[in-house]
Amino acid sequence: MPVRYIVDRVAKYVLLFSALLSILIVFLIGLFTLREGEPAFRQIGLEHLLGGTVWRPEQDSFGLLAMIIGSVLVTFGALALGLPLALGCAILLAEVAPDNVRAVIRPAVELLAGIPSVIYGLFGMVVLVPLIRGIDVPGNTGFGLLSASVVLAVMILPTITNIAEDAIRAVPREYKEGALALGVTHWQAIVGVILPAARSGIVAAVILGVGRALGETMAMIMVIGNSVVFPHPLTANPLTIFLSQARTLTGNIAVEINYATGLHESALFATGVVLFVLVMLVNSSARLLMRARTG
Amino acid sequence: MQLPVKLEVRNYHLFYGNFRALKDVTICIPRNQITAIIGPSGCGKSTFLRTFNRMNELIPGVRVQGQVLMDGQDIFAMDPVELRQRVGMVFQRPNPFPKSIYDNVAYGPRAHGIRDRRRLDEIVERSLRDAALWDEVKDDLNKSALALSGGQQQRLCIARALAVQPEVILMDEPASALDPIATLRIEELIQTLKQRYTIVIVTHNMQQAARASDFTAFFMMDEQRAGLLVEYGPTRDLFTRPSDKRTEDYITGRFG
Ligand SMILES: Nc1ncnc2c1ncn2[C@@H]1O[C@H](COP(=O)(O)OP(=O)(O)OP(=O)(O)O)[C@@H](O)[C@H]1O
Ligand SMILES: [Mg+2]
Repeated sequence: MPVRYIVDRVAKYVLLFSALLSILIVFLIGLFTLREGEPAFRQIGLEHLLGGTVWRPEQDSFGLLAMIIGSVLVTFGALALGLPLALGCAILLAEVAPDNVRAVIRPAVELLAGIPSVIYGLFGMVVLVPLIRGIDVPGNTGFGLLSASVVLAVMILPTITNIAEDAIRAVPREYKEGALALGVTHWQAIVGVILPAARSGIVAAVILGVGRALGETMAMIMVIGNSVVFPHPLTANPLTIFLSQARTLTGNIAVEINYATGLHESALFATGVVLFVLVMLVNSSARLLMRARTG
Repeated sequence: MQLPVKLEVRNYHLFYGNFRALKDVTICIPRNQITAIIGPSGCGKSTFLRTFNRMNELIPGVRVQGQVLMDGQDIFAMDPVELRQRVGMVFQRPNPFPKSIYDNVAYGPRAHGIRDRRRLDEIVERSLRDAALWDEVKDDLNKSALALSGGQQQRLCIARALAVQPEVILMDEPASALDPIATLRIEELIQTLKQRYTIVIVTHNMQQAARASDFTAFFMMDEQRAGLLVEYGPTRDLFTRPSDKRTEDYITGRFG
């Protein structure tokens, strides 16, 4: 058999092996987390873990709902602030900016992705928290969902911007020319043809951003306050819920794992499982959503 | 020519950066006639066509010299968006948007501010009828345009262009990606459109030019590969007794 056929076959197996290896690693991590969390699921029960509002390990009270809500709210806040900004950046970079402007903005955005998370946390603590403390609402400490959302919004900006920009660039030029040739403005072509054609890539960008947001730990610990309270509006105005302190699922694990033992430790692994499931839910629902709209 | 002039080009040059793609083109294109542009590959036919809706401006580094008039008005003094509303274009490769058939045709009118559903319905139906596509798609207007055959897609693109009621329709080898039967349908369609529109069509296909056009312009490259207009006149004259030797060589297949 000629050598190139052998190489061809070997290459196939090597590729297959690397793919299987990465699947195996994910599987093992999942299995490990699940195994460590299993006592908690068995002894505390799923409905208590997911539905319980009180987390007090010293009294064997392990309700994660406050943290689930905390993670979801902060992710939502980060998206609300970060997504328009990131999409704006992506559109600017892909469609509007001339090459020399792009040559400045693009590396700057990429630099954001390279900043370690603890630096974001520091920035949040030193700049953002004091600023937000200035909002005159009783009980507002500056630490809380709003600070965390702002920090997170900046952190997910490069992820979403980069992938969305690629998606917009990948739209065939024929679509844009076809639209412009009908006498629509550049902006109309962007909104009416280019963005819809880039939709699946943009959704992928958002999913990745959400995944990043749900998983972010260090910066969150530093600015969100970490108290195990149920996020609640501080006044009659429901928006003040974002001034409430909170704790994320990730923060819960990181803050307590050092001294946790027994059931408490297991409950922290269960927290990890919940996080896992949450991220998978986001991924698959986004995928379903996409299929429903393109199909 | 005694026919009324729709488009007039005077001493027109176009440069891609330092490369001169068109050199000193002067031509009058009559209203409600079909004018074919023929010539060897790379002689600037597409570039010339894209002059009339100022699509070349989207390419960085393009410069033009000379005058182009529509109904006596300088098109370079017009707003390009408005100009493109009056001068529609059909591209070489069918390029329907990844939307439904209906939304493809309604896209232009909607973008120009028509919101009323009944009016949009009317426009969509009329445009599809004019593009000889209505009978084939009337029952599934919500189907994706990408599910149509190539020939249907191209007629959809024609319908899409008609929907904004242009005065001129530019076509860049609209049938080159199609089979002979689909090509004939497009040619018939073009014949019916000429009553209401001025049509300028680029074609590689000599028979098509001879069959389907009223006037023909023959372009060629000079030694620097700059495109220039060699001969222009009524199609029958140009094909039966060309006045330029180069035209004769080209149409008899001795060249390019
Ligand atoms: N975007 C561009 N940048 C630089 N040069 C270009 C560009 N587009 C076309 N040209 C050059 O301009 C000349 C004319 O190109 P054009 O596409 O108009 O030719 P054409 O007659 O339409 O050819 P064909 O029959 O192959 O479609 C060619 O030499 C081409 O290389
Ligand atoms: Mg061409």
